[in-house]
Amino acid sequence: MADKNQNNKSKFLNPTPVIDNLEIGPWPSFITGFKELAERTKKPMIRGVMDQLEYSYNTKTGYWKGGLVGVLGYGSGVISRYSMIPDKFPEAAEFHTLRVMPAPGLHYNTKVLRKVCDIWEKYGSGIMVLHGQSGDLLLQGITEENVQECFDELNKEGWDLGGAGAAVRTAASCVGPARCEQACYDNIELHHQVIKHFAGMIHRPELLYKFKFKFSACPNDCVNSIMRADFSIIGTWKDSIQIDHEAVARWIDKNGIDTVVNQVISMCPTRSITLDNKNLNIDNSSCVRCMHCLNVMTEALSPGKERGVTLLLGGKSHLKVGSMFGSLIVPFMKMENDDDIKNFIELSEKIIDWWTDNGFDHERIGETIERVGLKQFLDGVGLEATADMVSHPRDNPFYKAEY
Amino acid sequence: MDIKKRDYTTIEHGTLDYKKYDVLHPAVKKNYGKWKYHDRPRPGVLRHFAESGDILYTVRCATHRQATVDIARRLCDLADKYADGYLRFTVRNNVEFMTAKQENVEPLIKELEALGHPVGGTGNSISSMSHTQGWLHCDIPATDASGFMKSLMDELINEFLNEEMPNRVRLTTSCCSINCGGVGDLAIIVKHTRPPRVIHENLSNICELPKAIARCPVAAIRPTTVNGKPSLMVVESKCICCGACFGACPQMEINHPEYSKIAIWVGGKNSNARSKPSTMRLVAQNLPNNPPRWPEVNEVVNTILMAYKKGGKPWERLGEWIERIGWKRFFEETNLKFEKDFIDSYRYARTTFNQSAHVRF
Repeated sequence: MADKNQNNKSKFLNPTPVIDNLEIGPWPSFITGFKELAERTKKPMIRGVMDQLEYSYNTKTGYWKGGLVGVLGYGSGVISRYSMIPDKFPEAAEFHTLRVMPAPGLHYNTKVLRKVCDIWEKYGSGIMVLHGQSGDLLLQGITEENVQECFDELNKEGWDLGGAGAAVRTAASCVGPARCEQACYDNIELHHQVIKHFAGMIHRPELLYKFKFKFSACPNDCVNSIMRADFSIIGTWKDSIQIDHEAVARWIDKNGIDTVVNQVISMCPTRSITLDNKNLNIDNSSCVRCMHCLNVMTEALSPGKERGVTLLLGGKSHLKVGSMFGSLIVPFMKMENDDDIKNFIELSEKIIDWWTDNGFDHERIGETIERVGLKQFLDGVGLEATADMVSHPRDNPFYKAEY
Repeated sequence: MDIKKRDYTTIEHGTLDYKKYDVLHPAVKKNYGKWKYHDRPRPGVLRHFAESGDILYTVRCATHRQATVDIARRLCDLADKYADGYLRFTVRNNVEFMTAKQENVEPLIKELEALGHPVGGTGNSISSMSHTQGWLHCDIPATDASGFMKSLMDELINEFLNEEMPNRVRLTTSCCSINCGGVGDLAIIVKHTRPPRVIHENLSNICELPKAIARCPVAAIRPTTVNGKPSLMVVESKCICCGACFGACPQMEINHPEYSKIAIWVGGKNSNARSKPSTMRLVAQNLPNNPPRWPEVNEVVNTILMAYKKGGKPWERLGEWIERIGWKRFFEETNLKFEKDFIDSYRYARTTFNQSAHVRF
């Protein structure tokens, strides 16, 4: 490193010719961002991390290892990263991350965000991820020495650590009723209360493996809950789609009758829509609440008035049984007031208890249900079996009949 | 810090209290749950109409995702200037500024563009990628993530700025087969092609042997003794090179600069719109892990997305387009080769076989 420094006396950073290639082009460059931050703050950690990243790009190898760093009373929320090659890059010896939980729907005011930035610049590298895949704000790059003090200061400003390891994890929500006409329940409030309730299980890992909640306010599932969360809470409605017939007529005048046929009626997955003299007729008893027609005709069509949630359980990614989507366990649950939220939290506790009793180490709940049986799960948590839970009834005779 | 001198007690808040800290824009609070409909006056701008008659404009732009306090503060400056001091982020790492003042929209867009934040990502566009941490921060990555995202989005920028795709396109990338990037219309995921190299000297000091054995989906890991020390061995003929053991035991080194390759998967979908949510399917493999710009991967991705752009009907997601034209034609239109490996051989493989006489000629 010494000889490189001599060539660039005016600059704080060492040359990074390979990752400099990521400064080219119209998309925002994180390398340019890091350089700007490093040159302004002169923080050696950023220089060390950039040097190690440059080295990774050359050798096509990663050089971080985990460890144990935390705050008092908590067993998760700090992701520790130590360089495997600290002799080479001593400035990158420690690069730990704090996961902190933003407001549901990732809403901020500038006062809150600036305050986080100030605390983070004081104790950490100033590098942050907006946002991590689980829904945390990731504050990347702090030494173990500073972790507790940084967290205390953040905690005084209302921030708390997110989950890691075999714990309930940080949740995620779409924009919800804050700014979406298709929101069928207040996912922001439910998310807030659920995470508050399970905060202990987030901070002290005591489960078999991770458990994630995600809250999408309609079946468009903008927060990707169905595959990215163990427990997926999706807004829906029971009664009829609301139709503004004048807006339908205006839409057809503007876009043409062909468009309504080709892009709305023909694309309904259950063939539930018919056209009747510029009016749409919807057979709501066949409609599966897929959202397509509402997405196309945002002004003319709206979700019904009797709104609530559909619950799906067991979503997760590939490892190790293959990708699993959440499977429906409750077709409809009201979600209008604190009692409804309480009912949901009670059900969640029963589900987590059943999983803890029946699951193996490192087994997600979807895998446990697949291994033990959906029927057994329903009995275990006291849910009633309905035809909504299957694509079709079983097509083999290999079971023990109850008679 | 000297923990003994600490006189503060942690408060287990949970999420930042959105009410107490007043993070919702005033127009959002006023019209909360009372929005009527929305449209998009131009790509990158949403216009929401409330039952109260209020109109709210949202300007959406791309971010670095891998950001800094400087970047966040500049976004705050613009939010203070044009959006009443509020901003929010989307699940695809875009930032949204809301304002009731139509006259703020164009100047805000100009300032964002001047700062290097492309405005777009709405409607039927290719939005920003959902991606992982990679070499920058992860402890088990075979490639980088932020760099992958940057180099690919540079190529696809026009599709972010415009709404010219058949439907929205969700991209993801993951630096190992755990696939933290998640399901998308198109995913770029590492695929290892060689079994792990077991580092016997340290293994029993660092790893819990039964945990690593239990992690294997095909029971290819067995206990053994090497130089008198307990260790593990891999039955290489059984190993599917998934890397699951590496997560449990860093001494099962699966990453390799050459033999950790890149695969491309298509047709995933989380939304319930029209078809049910669907998994992603493997359509290309053995692409080189070629930083800093991964040109070979970008070329295949671009070819697939442009074929979809050309062939997809309005509102068809990538997977729905393929569902209509069939996989055979998908491989023809994209000049990709259907390989034997693309036939499933894992659990429930038969559910993916064509159990019918339906053939397209």
